[in-house]
Amino acid sequence: MTATFLGIPAPAGVGQLRGDRPFPAAARDALADSQLRRNLGHATGVIRTKRAAAVGELDDWEQLRLAGEAIKRATMARLDDHLVRLEAEVSARGGTVHWARDANEANAIVTGLVQATGATELVKVKSMATQEIGLNAALADAGIIAHETDLAELIIQLGDDVPSHILVPAIHRNRAEIRELFGRKMPGVDPSLTAEPRRLAMAARAHLRRTFLRARVAVSGANFAVADTGALVVVESEGNGRMCLTLPETLITVMGIEKVVPSWRDLEVFLQLLPRSSTGERMNPYTSIWTGVTPGDGPRSFHLVLLDNGRTAALGDAVGRDALHCIRCSACLNVCPVYERVGGHAYGSIYPGPIGAVLSPQLTGIHAGSDDNASLPYASSLCGACYDVCPVRIDIPSLLVRLRTAHVDAARARPLPTAEALTMAAAAWVMSSPTRFAAAETASRLGRLGGRASGRLSSLPPPLSAWTSSRDAPRPPEETFRQWWSRTRGNSA
Amino acid sequence: MVVPHPRQLGVSARDEVLARIRAANANAGLGLGGAVDGPRADGDVAIPRDYRGGGGPAPGSPPLLDLLRRRLIDYRASVVDAAPGDEPAAIRAALAAASVGPTPGSAERGGGAVLVPPGLPASWCPAGVVDDGFTAVELDGFAAVVTACAAACALTGTIALDGSPDQGRRAITLVPDVHVCVVRADQVVHGVPDLLARLDPTRPITLISGPSATSDIEFERVEGVHGPRTLTVILVAAPPAPA
Amino acid sequence: MRIALFVTCLVDALFPRVGQATTELLERLGHEVVFPTGQTCCGQMHTNTGYAREAVELVRHHVDVFEGADVVVTPSGSCAGSVRHQHAALARDAGDDALARRAEAVAARTYELSELLVDVLGVFDVGAYYPHRVTYHPTCHSLRVLRVGDRPLRLLRHVAGMTLLELPEAETCCGFGGTFAVKNAPTSTAMLADKMRHVLGTGAEVATAGDASCLMHIGGGLTRLRAATRTVHLAEILASTQASGDRTGIR
Repeated sequence: MTATFLGIPAPAGVGQLRGDRPFPAAARDALADSQLRRNLGHATGVIRTKRAAAVGELDDWEQLRLAGEAIKRATMARLDDHLVRLEAEVSARGGTVHWARDANEANAIVTGLVQATGATELVKVKSMATQEIGLNAALADAGIIAHETDLAELIIQLGDDVPSHILVPAIHRNRAEIRELFGRKMPGVDPSLTAEPRRLAMAARAHLRRTFLRARVAVSGANFAVADTGALVVVESEGNGRMCLTLPETLITVMGIEKVVPSWRDLEVFLQLLPRSSTGERMNPYTSIWTGVTPGDGPRSFHLVLLDNGRTAALGDAVGRDALHCIRCSACLNVCPVYERVGGHAYGSIYPGPIGAVLSPQLTGIHAGSDDNASLPYASSLCGACYDVCPVRIDIPSLLVRLRTAHVDAARARPLPTAEALTMAAAAWVMSSPTRFAAAETASRLGRLGGRASGRLSSLPPPLSAWTSSRDAPRPPEETFRQWWSRTRGNSA
Repeated sequence: MVVPHPRQLGVSARDEVLARIRAANANAGLGLGGAVDGPRADGDVAIPRDYRGGGGPAPGSPPLLDLLRRRLIDYRASVVDAAPGDEPAAIRAALAAASVGPTPGSAERGGGAVLVPPGLPASWCPAGVVDDGFTAVELDGFAAVVTACAAACALTGTIALDGSPDQGRRAITLVPDVHVCVVRADQVVHGVPDLLARLDPTRPITLISGPSATSDIEFERVEGVHGPRTLTVILVAAPPAPA
Repeated sequence: MRIALFVTCLVDALFPRVGQATTELLERLGHEVVFPTGQTCCGQMHTNTGYAREAVELVRHHVDVFEGADVVVTPSGSCAGSVRHQHAALARDAGDDALARRAEAVAARTYELSELLVDVLGVFDVGAYYPHRVTYHPTCHSLRVLRVGDRPLRLLRHVAGMTLLELPEAETCCGFGGTFAVKNAPTSTAMLADKMRHVLGTGAEVATAGDASCLMHIGGGLTRLRAATRTVHLAEILASTQASGDRTGIR
């Protein structure tokens, strides 16, 4: 494999692509939170059923997935051309395009644009790119208040919380917890507010109404950008996106460079794949599509910030680049048995779940040794449920394995091999010879001495003690298969 | 494993990002004429488009209208059927059903006035106030908006607006709490590919599928958040010819 | 048909009964089973833990051993998956295209047991008798890497005397995942707990699957709970006859 990644990884110390401890430690704490387990189990169960029904309605789903995959692959192969075309089209229609090498540069661009308007507050549409770069914190440092307007983002912002899901950042909170939070943190909230989701949504509407109507600046992300027409696309449900995209005078859109698609026609694929995969709807309530500035309709000033922040580093790997095909639907999170049990916070990054375990370390780079993101590729049993639901057919299990290999290979370069590396090397040496393997089997049968009459082992030394902490291990049998074969069939082949 | 190239002094972010992309594609065996074995070598990947494209039932055919009706209702939009020429009565009925009263001062906000885009046929909603660039706060004073549409997609229950004079600018269909949208039968197509083929990508487009909604609490969909909480579609089709 | 048995390292060392059952079943169906004694391990554990360099040597060894076989069968969805979906790519990534081509040839002739029975031998009723209440766990790699579909269930439905009980959320991983079970033991255990809850909820005496590794995991949890349900490999059930009696079980 190509272990040399080109480009520059996302910088440390800004944004939300890393946690502060390895996945296993964070997961252990999350598993102890039984309320979290119940909330996640309920919500992911609901959406899995809805997605399956929405996908099941289309008899050409596989063809759409194949088309989506191919469009993304073709786009990446000519990403430079498509971005240059996008820039030209947006500029020709009255928009201004900015380029940002990393989070710091993007934050500086956006902050400067907001300051130029004189505004000290703005409204935001839910956007992974701006979460990734930590835009709100950078704006706050400049004295600018960013109001999150998506219901789940509002819940996160009111609770000083951290997103735990790509689509529904507050998935770790149930209705009762949200009701309690609104009662405590939402100014002027109706004290008789109940935990009924409809009532909670109404409370958010009332809370944000004045903010929307007075906002002069908005910041959004983009789900897609169409190179050949300069069209930007935002897919949403609540109408908060439309509020942000049409009412303010100035609109600033921050978009990862991988979100570009070559042509208008490509949207006919993604506007089918995305809503059915993400919210399990035939179509999301609102999709806004705009090009540059339209006189008399919407913002008078439009800025598009094209963000790298480690994406070109991921692009440099012939296989790993497939992770850049992700359209952020979050279907892989919802079907992942690991995500369902530990939730999004355990991954440290705002990209959690299977795709996050691939994307986050790709964007930040994995460093040998104590890099917390190095633990993410191991946060999977490789069960493959994510690959099955991915609307653009990203082979996430294979990418996880590839990242594990890159991590192991990076460790090889260090002077002292790890205990695991020694074990693996020894095992490979044993297993590449039937004689050595048979000898090792004989030796391991000494383990029978430790077993009880029941034929199983309840405690083993480290690292296998992690197995026997909750599972018995089998006691080696009296006779291996090859011994049985030799005894009953003689040597063959 | 990461071999960063140093940030080049005096090079713009644009040129540097583009250079990184070209280097990455070259490293992955793509672009810059790099020849590498395997299926990934061809940057001009053929796109298999054997999903359902255009075609299907003819626009406006009765099965399509029926499908659109069912899909709209499924996502909590209301549907009113009308024959050509009966738009004014249907609009009156839709507004009444949405509790938007004809009596000034009777409704919840802004005197219950109804907003219309400049190009809406005048006869459709004679009491409508024509949009002349109201501020967001002023728009919030209207109880309802009545528009036409650019196209509709039956399979997904979607109506498309493109800012044409009979639909108006985007804000007018967003701030008022009730949106009544008139859809002509010949505007109704089958699937998403047919819908997008009918739209001009350089216009400001809004695809609307039911009233505003959210799934943000426990992934349960509830209708009615920031956008209009009531969406009524008036489906205008000639009644079946008598046998 | 002359069928080469790739028994897998796990079955060889820890669950020989599964290999014996596979042999007896195929011989009962009139086929010749050979056991290439040079075989060791497909290298999946190395591959999936990130040790591709070591795994390539195991791929080379596996190809050397099985290259001459017309048909290879293995009682493991996971190891068949490794041979079919990882071996050639490992060789190619290591720059050994010749090995990759040889690995592809072996992969094309390698079948998981239920695939061999249904697709190659065209048999659904293997003449088995197994008078027990059984639930079937479709292991992840059988299901999503090999796509064996309902082949194991079709075979099980023809077993005389058996009551097949549907496993709720059957397609969810049991939490094994190779070294995942050790590196992320608490998460793995939480997944296992849910799998066991569903297994026990069926009231089955026996939980079966096409992989000894997953059964080792589920079985290790069940015995720790001192549950009455035991784990038995699919091959053992299919090999059982009225005459053979009941001497099965992965524990």
